[in-house]
Amino acid sequence: MKPRALHLCLAALAFLTLAAIFGPYFSPYSVDQISQTRLAPPDSAHWLGTDLHGRDLLTRLLFGARISLLVGLVGATISLFVGVTYGLISGYLGGRIDNAMMRFVDILYALPRIVLVIVLISLFDLKLKHLLDGTFLAPLASHARLLLLFVGLGMVEWLTLARIVRAQVLSIKERAFVLSARLIGQNTPTILFRQILPQVIPIVLTYLTLALPAVILEESFLSFLGLGVQAPLASWGTLLADGAALLNPIRTPWWLIVFPSLLLAFTLLLLNFLGDQLRKLQK
Amino acid sequence: MISFLIRRILSSIPVALAVIAICFLLVRLAPGSPFSSERALDPATQAMLETKYGLSGSLPTQLLRYASNLLHGDLGDSLKFRGRTVNEIIGQSLPRSLLLGSIAFTLALALGIPLGAWSAARQGKPSGAILNGLALLTLSIPTFILAPVTVLLFSFYIHLCPPAGWGSPSQLVLPALCLSLPFVGVCARLTRSGLLEVLGADFIRTARAKGVTEPNLVFLHALRPAILPLVAYAGPLAASILTGSLLIEETFAIPGIGQFFVSGVINRDVFLVSGVVLVYCLLLLFFNLMADWLTALLDPRISLSS
Amino acid sequence: MTLCRGIPGLLALLFSLLVFASCSSRPRADLIICNGAEPQSLDPAIISGQLEGRLTTALLEGLVRRDARARPVPGCAEKWTVYPDGRTYTFTLRPNLQWSNGDPLTAEDYRYSWLRALDPATGSPYSEILYFIVGAEDYHSGKVPASSVGIQVVDDRTLRVTLLNPTPFFPALTSFTTYLPVHRQTVEKYGDRWTRPENWVGNGPYRLLDWKINDRVSLEKNPLYHTPDRVALNRIDALAVNRASTAFNLYSGGQADVLLDKGLIPSLILPELRGRTDFHPGPLLATYFYRFQVTRPPFNDARIRRAFAIALDKEAITDKITRGNEPVATALCPRGMADYQPPEGHSSDPDTARGLLAQAGFPNGKDFPRVSLLYNKSELNEQLAIEIQAQWKRELGVTVELRNQEWATYLRSLDELDFDIARSSWVGDYDDPNTFLDCFVTGRGNNRTGWSDPTYDSLLSSALAEPNPARRLHLMQQAETILVTQALPIIPIYHFIGCLMFDPTKWAGLYPNLLDDHPFSEIKRAKN
Repeated sequence: MKPRALHLCLAALAFLTLAAIFGPYFSPYSVDQISQTRLAPPDSAHWLGTDLHGRDLLTRLLFGARISLLVGLVGATISLFVGVTYGLISGYLGGRIDNAMMRFVDILYALPRIVLVIVLISLFDLKLKHLLDGTFLAPLASHARLLLLFVGLGMVEWLTLARIVRAQVLSIKERAFVLSARLIGQNTPTILFRQILPQVIPIVLTYLTLALPAVILEESFLSFLGLGVQAPLASWGTLLADGAALLNPIRTPWWLIVFPSLLLAFTLLLLNFLGDQLRKLQK
Repeated sequence: MISFLIRRILSSIPVALAVIAICFLLVRLAPGSPFSSERALDPATQAMLETKYGLSGSLPTQLLRYASNLLHGDLGDSLKFRGRTVNEIIGQSLPRSLLLGSIAFTLALALGIPLGAWSAARQGKPSGAILNGLALLTLSIPTFILAPVTVLLFSFYIHLCPPAGWGSPSQLVLPALCLSLPFVGVCARLTRSGLLEVLGADFIRTARAKGVTEPNLVFLHALRPAILPLVAYAGPLAASILTGSLLIEETFAIPGIGQFFVSGVINRDVFLVSGVVLVYCLLLLFFNLMADWLTALLDPRISLSS
Repeated sequence: MTLCRGIPGLLALLFSLLVFASCSSRPRADLIICNGAEPQSLDPAIISGQLEGRLTTALLEGLVRRDARARPVPGCAEKWTVYPDGRTYTFTLRPNLQWSNGDPLTAEDYRYSWLRALDPATGSPYSEILYFIVGAEDYHSGKVPASSVGIQVVDDRTLRVTLLNPTPFFPALTSFTTYLPVHRQTVEKYGDRWTRPENWVGNGPYRLLDWKINDRVSLEKNPLYHTPDRVALNRIDALAVNRASTAFNLYSGGQADVLLDKGLIPSLILPELRGRTDFHPGPLLATYFYRFQVTRPPFNDARIRRAFAIALDKEAITDKITRGNEPVATALCPRGMADYQPPEGHSSDPDTARGLLAQAGFPNGKDFPRVSLLYNKSELNEQLAIEIQAQWKRELGVTVELRNQEWATYLRSLDELDFDIARSSWVGDYDDPNTFLDCFVTGRGNNRTGWSDPTYDSLLSSALAEPNPARRLHLMQQAETILVTQALPIIPIYHFIGCLMFDPTKWAGLYPNLLDDHPFSEIKRAKN
């Protein structure tokens, strides 16, 4: 199609990222600033309204974008590198190795991830805090738990992608061009990354854009259980969850649900669009 | 074929055992006791309860004790729901989750595949973009928003279905819809992208040159190879959708098995968690096996015996 | 292709069969109650929660029972007498009492049940509540045999109980769940499984018809109950619902008739509900408070604890967050307990608070060490923590970090005193200040602050030994004064309210009360 569409999409994503990084600095409110204008609908002082504590929703959404985009990015990156490589190798080698590698995926997949995260946090939270305290990373120390959450999510996010890539590879490796590459004596890594990888890129891109919302929502669920983001910080997920808790048949502060939902939906739409465009470009 | 099945089933046994063992150890390693509550328990009672339920001694001894019970088909006692066995809890809740889950799974595929195929067939046209956008929309609404909004809409604004509860078919409609909707989007997206790949392939060009019309092309010729990624995804999807979801079960007051994956861990109800994880694991292994078998069926180039 | 076309039809058939097979329709119960989460058990010796208590008191009846306003009235005992020393009670059972299987119910059944709850092998979390009886604590710890416990069967209809101290509320206490009787043969035959509907034998106004996990407990009128005419409704279903929004939806949609717990009403809409006729709020014997860890700096300094306590504007908290008109707490015990007047604790005074903090070496919160506020993750706990954190920041200049944990981890942190400040709540078990004050005696499992004060301990123990009720309560009040005005190992924040929701034109026999006790047998249809 038109590269203009791609540029527009990239520009929007860049704007979102910049807004997440610098937006909170321009806001007259801070992310945890409590005021007496509680549950106020949108007006000129609070463009997107305020929550139960009188905190500005726009500021919190911008701030929440940092955590959510970061969680999404970490999840996607781990999925991409670990999942794709694992799937490629497993599918290509086949036979016993494939079977063993896939059973390992099954094991990790079957374990409830909240146990993983609870144990991870309880065993390493304080240790990581002390470790970071001594170094130049000290400001990160109070976010030790968030880092562990990233690790916990990363540990499980690549599994589905590995399965999907493997299934593709099983089919691709029997095709003529792979067979001929093997015949002319190309080594395995070359075949894997030069011949097969480009063939699975489209499905990987599609799946990544699907995985991103899943990771962002997974984070909100863990935060909801007390295993993720610590109040008074926020992520899109926790903002959405807080809004959802206020839904009832009598009176609902609609802005606390509509705006976070719209922002999330818009971001996902952009990412999916980007995936589509990139796939076209690759052809 | 037979040897493939036997091999896979044999290789599943160690997987299930490993999952159970790791799960048991993780829950026991997590801080806190299954018997504690806001009211403090005296240490003697605590110790007595641990002995009674086989949670005394070192972790390996506890695990071995549990494993030997498992061999007799005994999943142990729930520590939170005292006097109930895990076998009984799963026996009561699993069928309900299976019923709801199989409806939701069918819905996800029955809505998702045509939606994806259609939006691929109309690629480049406004209608294609709208269908694609629709699929994306279902994806980006989190369940914890979707479920309460659905209730408000269909139970309070239009009085169509009861807001929650279990027992009549009309009470299945909303939860099944909410359980399936996020996956409708995933299925549609995977079908669409698979189709777009295949539609560019040689044999499709040939068919198109022969004058096969576009809808026929999509639904009859291209769909079969195009849903391979979807099949790989559908294995784990089936296992997780059939075991329910905490959010759906709590919002719609459905007495299913899904909530135990979370509440069991929160309560450190180790036997209950291990039991439901075992069920999930077995379903997962079964559906992955089905997925691999279907993959081979759909794509003759893949051989199962390799 | 024909095969492919057949599949959807086949699937549809299969589903419809499954759907109809699974949905056996029983006629609607007379009354459907949202009771809270799934009951952990129905065994009176095992349970510790209110929602289980409501069900077991419908299924089993103690010597004394509670009426609709939670006043103690004769249950299976028709009368009782007390010796002048105030320590020995003689209960006389009604004649011809029966279990639901027709077996006669005698005084021995009560003795057996109470000893069972004390037996360490039963693992009762509430055995402490029987320690008022002579020898009970020693029997629980294995020091003396059962015969040394002061429970004596005089004849089939007479039970004599000897207490450690004069305990004026003892007869009322025998309505508490741990004091309920169980049927010995059934318990011994089925062990842990005796609470199943098919095994159940009880003596209460209702019997157990069905119990589906996470779905409902169905109760049916017990025809062998001693006064069946008192029981108005034939069948009651108690639904297991975890979420407030779901319970409220069920109620609004008419799938449930009564909401029995404030936890089942979304707090956001409490102000809107207050004007409705089906909303029934009332005070409750329960307190929300924060604990300090007093064994290490900075909160080993009583001045700092006091500064933190009086810096808070508790009215703002109940106004904006809990929203149910909850009474602000300055003492641990709520008002309204029989004849007891809790001491007047400190009211909000930010200026003095700043002065105290400066005295302790932290003017304007300068150089105050990093401390955290621990809570278990729930919507309400978090909202309160955010509000209180902001108030401390504003008034004292101290930044308290928020630290949330999931439930079991939080409990372990409490037990190991691994916190600086932690949220807590306490629900009174019986109508006497001891149910609250006993928590903070040195070494009690519920102390969870590390605080210890010999004067407090001795005031409480002499109060318990005091036969004169007025002097007894005065000693209790002195003890509580130390707790909430001088030592302050805790900050009382507010007292809970109980809320019921039911349509008063349809239902009667439900009243908000301090103990939040709403016996099912008292509920009847309203007369129009």
